[in-house]
Amino acid sequence: MKYVDEYRSEQLARNVTEEIRRIQTRPWVIMEVCGGQTHSIVKHGLDYLLPPAIELVHGPGCPVCVTPLEMIDKAHAIARRPDVIFCSFGDMLRVPGSEEDLFALKSRGADVRIVYSPLDCLKIARGNPDKKVVFFAVGFETTAPANAMAVWRARQEGIKNFSILVSHVLVPPAIAAILQSPQNRVQGFLGPGHVCAIMGYHEYEAISARYRVPIVVTGFEPLDILEGTLMTVRQLEAGRAEVENQYARAVEREGNRPAQTLVAEVFEISDRKWRGVGSIPKSGFRLRYEFRDHDAERLFEVEEIDTREPAICISGQILKGIKKPHDCPAFGMLCTPQTPLGATMVSAEGACAAYYAYGRHLKTGENSHAF
Amino acid sequence: MQSCKGEANVCLGIPGKILKFYDSQGLRMAKVQFGGIVREACLQYVPEAGTGDYVVVHVGFAISKVNEEEATRTYRLLEEMGQLTELAAPEIVEKPGNGRSP
Repeated sequence: MKYVDEYRSEQLARNVTEEIRRIQTRPWVIMEVCGGQTHSIVKHGLDYLLPPAIELVHGPGCPVCVTPLEMIDKAHAIARRPDVIFCSFGDMLRVPGSEEDLFALKSRGADVRIVYSPLDCLKIARGNPDKKVVFFAVGFETTAPANAMAVWRARQEGIKNFSILVSHVLVPPAIAAILQSPQNRVQGFLGPGHVCAIMGYHEYEAISARYRVPIVVTGFEPLDILEGTLMTVRQLEAGRAEVENQYARAVEREGNRPAQTLVAEVFEISDRKWRGVGSIPKSGFRLRYEFRDHDAERLFEVEEIDTREPAICISGQILKGIKKPHDCPAFGMLCTPQTPLGATMVSAEGACAAYYAYGRHLKTGENSHAF
Repeated sequence: MQSCKGEANVCLGIPGKILKFYDSQGLRMAKVQFGGIVREACLQYVPEAGTGDYVVVHVGFAISKVNEEEATRTYRLLEEMGQLTELAAPEIVEKPGNGRSP
């Protein structure tokens, strides 16, 4: 059954790439925004299936990657305190700060715990009233509803020993920042499927119209990505710039209203720093004033921590689609997933880490992972 | 690629089947089955989902309903991509009483 299934989708994939080849008359640069899409492209070698004139560049949609180094340092400053139980999703634990990572802190006795859901932190807080429970709230629009619910419940229940360290970023302002860059090469976008499942895609319509750029909301399965690419190329060839939805089986234009409502009640838009990129105006969330008692940055007075990143790293240009991992002299040499120098190597969703995981640091242009 | 127990992909949701609903501290929760693993999920954001429905769950919250075929295919793809590790994060069990740790 599995075999038949895969065979059929391989045939479908060929049909889609054939169609792209047939309609494409000139080179196009298309960015996939979501790190899950990047992972899928590199794993299945989708970029090698496309005609060489269609270039896929990898976007900033890896939340772990773009969490600024200073935010990691703030997390560590809080986690080091003996009165704190520091909770995080597992993938933040091995992200190195200026000195060490959360695993190292944990091994030296800090109470650092991996949680599956931010609601777990409320359970921990109720069970440990003499400790301060802090959750590292990173992520894009996909994790915001979960984090909003945890804070909202904490206030409602009067759980005073729970706070979150907020490092929330948003996709649309990042796309706008890429398009505003004088070095921009990106002509079309594959929009992030699961982000749009929550936020809808009406926000993207203004960007598409303002910058005259096609945006196709796309899933992360191999066939989704190829179909999204085909829809983008069709628009580019026809001179259209619209928002289209390839991922209609999971995404509606309006998104998830109950989630959006609670997110808006708990968070407000703020400027945010992106690792490798720098500050982008109105590109993230911070807690609203009413929830300040749950704001770890304020409670633990770590606002002033400011950290610089290694000068050699080109992850900022990679995140904006200007360069590829191979263009970096440190890639796979000085900089590996075990010793990451910057944003795009710190998580499996980052472009550099994905290239490394599938052996692309060994030889440029050769890859055994076909679809 | 190095990975750790409970390492989550904070970008992709995982589809699962709702087994049964219950209330926890005023929140609508459910036991959701992902392949061979059953975990808790909050259903506040997908109020229309019922027992036996498939939902995409992200960091412990259902975010949308999907059909069974879509759920099965997506789950398999995530498994192949090694993106199911968030399900391995430890289960936090609420202690009765004041629950002070020993």
